[in-house]
Amino acid sequence: MSAEALGPKEVLKTIDYKPVKRSWLELTVEFRKGTYLYTPPRKLLDYLGLPNPRKWLPSEKDWQLPENWRQIILEGMKDRLSKYRSFQLFLDICVRCGACADKCPFFIGSGDPKNMPVLRTELLRSVYRKYFTTSGKLFGKLAGARELTEDVVKEWFYYFYQCTECRRCSVFCVYGIDTCEITMMARELLNSLGCGVNWIVDPAAKCYRLGNHLGLPPHGFKGVIDTAIEDIREITGIKVEVSLNRKGAEVLFVVPSADYFASPHWFTFLGYLMLFHEIGLDYTFSTYASEGGNFGFFHSAELAKRLNAKMYAEAKRLKVKWILGGECGHMWRVLHQYMDTYNGPADFLEEPVSPITGTKFENAKSTKMVHICEFTADLIYHNKLKLEPSRNDRWKVTFHDSCNMTRAVGLFEEPRYIIKNVCNYFYEMPENTIKERTFCCGSGSGIGADEHLEVRLRGGFPRANAVKYVRERYGVNLLACICAIDKATLPPLLQYWVPGVEVAGVHELVGNALVMKGEKPRVTDLRFQPLKGEEGEGDV
Amino acid sequence: MYDADKIITGLIIFLCLITFPIYYNIATGKAAYRPEPKIVTEEKQCVESKGYMRAKHMDLLEEWRESVVREGKRVYVASDGKQYTMSLVDTCMRCHWNKAEFCDLCHNYVGIRLNCWSCHTLPKRD
Amino acid sequence: MKVLYSLLAVIVLVLVAYVGVGLLGLHSLFGVMIPYAAGAVFIVGLVYRVLKWAKAPVPFHIPTVCGQQKSLPWIKANNIESPHNTWGVIARLALEVLLFRSLFRNERVELRRSEKLIFGGNKYLWLGGLAFHWCLFIILFRHLIYFMEPVPSVVLFVQDMDGIFEFAVPTLFLTDLVILIALTYLFLRRVIYSQIRYISLSSDYFAVLLILGVVISGVLIRLFYKVDIAAVKELAMGVISFRPTVPEGISLLFYIKLFLVSTLVAYFPFSKLVHGAGILLSPTRNLKNNSRMRRHINPWDYPVKVHTYEKYEEEFREAMKEAGLPLEKEN
Repeated sequence: MSAEALGPKEVLKTIDYKPVKRSWLELTVEFRKGTYLYTPPRKLLDYLGLPNPRKWLPSEKDWQLPENWRQIILEGMKDRLSKYRSFQLFLDICVRCGACADKCPFFIGSGDPKNMPVLRTELLRSVYRKYFTTSGKLFGKLAGARELTEDVVKEWFYYFYQCTECRRCSVFCVYGIDTCEITMMARELLNSLGCGVNWIVDPAAKCYRLGNHLGLPPHGFKGVIDTAIEDIREITGIKVEVSLNRKGAEVLFVVPSADYFASPHWFTFLGYLMLFHEIGLDYTFSTYASEGGNFGFFHSAELAKRLNAKMYAEAKRLKVKWILGGECGHMWRVLHQYMDTYNGPADFLEEPVSPITGTKFENAKSTKMVHICEFTADLIYHNKLKLEPSRNDRWKVTFHDSCNMTRAVGLFEEPRYIIKNVCNYFYEMPENTIKERTFCCGSGSGIGADEHLEVRLRGGFPRANAVKYVRERYGVNLLACICAIDKATLPPLLQYWVPGVEVAGVHELVGNALVMKGEKPRVTDLRFQPLKGEEGEGDV
Repeated sequence: MYDADKIITGLIIFLCLITFPIYYNIATGKAAYRPEPKIVTEEKQCVESKGYMRAKHMDLLEEWRESVVREGKRVYVASDGKQYTMSLVDTCMRCHWNKAEFCDLCHNYVGIRLNCWSCHTLPKRD
Repeated sequence: MKVLYSLLAVIVLVLVAYVGVGLLGLHSLFGVMIPYAAGAVFIVGLVYRVLKWAKAPVPFHIPTVCGQQKSLPWIKANNIESPHNTWGVIARLALEVLLFRSLFRNERVELRRSEKLIFGGNKYLWLGGLAFHWCLFIILFRHLIYFMEPVPSVVLFVQDMDGIFEFAVPTLFLTDLVILIALTYLFLRRVIYSQIRYISLSSDYFAVLLILGVVISGVLIRLFYKVDIAAVKELAMGVISFRPTVPEGISLLFYIKLFLVSTLVAYFPFSKLVHGAGILLSPTRNLKNNSRMRRHINPWDYPVKVHTYEKYEEEFREAMKEAGLPLEKEN
């Protein structure tokens, strides 16, 4: 039954939105291949100093929970109830109106009723009722309360790693109940039992030690930059300058590490470097803070804060004036909504001002951190860039809003403005599936591992379905986005559901369209593919 | 307590709003007021019992109206067998002619407007 | 099953009042003491609940942003869906509380022929919910007639407007009719739609049935089993001026309704019904989207273990040196 083995049509046939007969209070989870994540090895938990490391797998019967596991969870809940108003409030005020039910991409793609946000939360709320409310203590099951058993913990593990913290449900909830908050609490509780996920803990441990999720050491980073410089030289004939760990630069530039490691992120990375060269930006990368993303955020607030600390620390050490951030979704959730709280105040930095246009980024005057799309949109608006959009003519582009860029930051128009200036063919997906109502890629929040493919394909189905719509209607063949997880996980997703649509970062398109001073006539785009009109000619 | 200023203010406003009638009645001094309609009549007994009349006189009047206007029947046989002419002005108002001290007292008290007098004219009594 | 339990619970409540008042004649218990107790439980319970929420801080700045942020001056910011100042927050909350803004977005997703997702508008829940809550508010407001003397003209005006269509004598109020329809819809959708039935708990049915019980008994009293409402007001005025009396001539049905209301009021703070108070405290709705402009403080913030640059350089110094990267310490 795994999605990998089945074709898209067969998978869709398994989706039935009619819930099963048995009450949700009773079901137990079956850990089938493709629907659960692997667990982290002991040494990583030890390295990060995280609790209860051991060797175990979700598919095994005995999870070897610590002896006092129930006490750990209940005390953990009590502690978090007193620390997070959101947690307590959201457990108290849900009226189960059901408006959120068919808003979750995982419910839409699986039909599993426990993927309705309301029931995902009830998995935890039922335990809250049993141990923290009078009615639950008195009436038990009748009041929707249930005992905390090992099966409940297993169910939590299963379903709270089928939530990408995308927050789409909270847009539709009339009280703003945000399942993400519940998922975060549940994952913290699970992690306090040592029930973590390797795909989260491993990058977090690498980021802690080496500065980035992918585990690139400083000299490796240098090598990568050299390759990028070489690629750009080959395409444009221009040798760009890039500095690392340079003190006194005006701007520290931080990107998600996938940008300089993976494809198609790489082309976006080239786009950044070309843009900065062209405008003469005085910037530097840091090898120590060489990661914008934050997988600690998918583990616990504490680990998120530990990883995030590097950015300000490095900005301070390098004595830059402000920080510029690349294209990444959850990275910006943390930067926009958490960083200043975690590790601020950044009083050693200056309020960001674009050295090219003089624009003051007042919206970032406290964190001192500007989004690359804000920065570039401002450049274009002030006519600081010479652009040749026809170089992107082989693409019919649609734009995928990343969950965190919209529902956390509100960055709706900046990337669209850029795309419209660097591409001639741009088509929006249906309005129910973009902007604040955008659908998740299905792999965010640290659940994008290969062993989890079925869950990812199902969770990403609503997004892919909307892409299919513009593909069939307008012949769209490129999905632009500003998120590293998107760029990593949408290609296989689209390959499965809508073959023929590729994925690119917005700054790849910028890099293509950017006319640089002294560049040689371009015959290929940043992917070394011939430009439209250049096919068959020249010596590509 | 966090955001205490806003939350406490909100709570106080809410509590003030829901208890507003209490202060209002203290201010108007009418908390203990109860209407005591004056019955200025020699008759000892209304057409029906006092309890019935207090709760359901509007049903009786409506019945009378239907009977007179639609069916032309003007005789009402009360539950004790006595017969009355169905007439607001000639029967009811004969005893309860003091609208202001009878009808209006309770009707104002419970906020119910009368539409009797959009058709009927109030009989003049000195 | 859950529906049955809840229905049974409401019937038991009716029977309790029936036995208490109808058979045992405990008028002052059901007319005065229980309402006092319910009122006290409501106020104390609600204050307790809200203060309990207030005791927990909002450590992080987590508004759910539903519109364009305020960034560059030439991009039109959406101050309601992504509020950047207090007015925006007030407008957002007002729209949410008064018009159920978020529910208005509701849509239904269908998987057609196991192939295509179809997004259909689905405003019934919004309409039903809004109709119910507004009617409830107007009905409560109309009931001020029984609690204020002299009756303020604004209350009379609302009553007049509510009864503008003269269906019967006395007029059937529009709100009574609409609230009955709305509540019936809200109840039936929990029974009929399999998804909603699946997520519903007994308490969900209980709340809607209890309110339905109150409304039905109220309509019955008004239209069919009339009571001496002057006496009812006397009772109400006596209770709220703390000089309770139990006047004659109030029917059993009224006491049944009063007992249902008392139960509802006392139940309110301990159930999902407190959502009314909760929405204003919801951090995804009442915070501005200004977290890069102003620092949000976490009151329980604590220092964490970090991997410092010094330790990092320590580990990689040789390699960094070889790669020509600048160093803090040369060896």
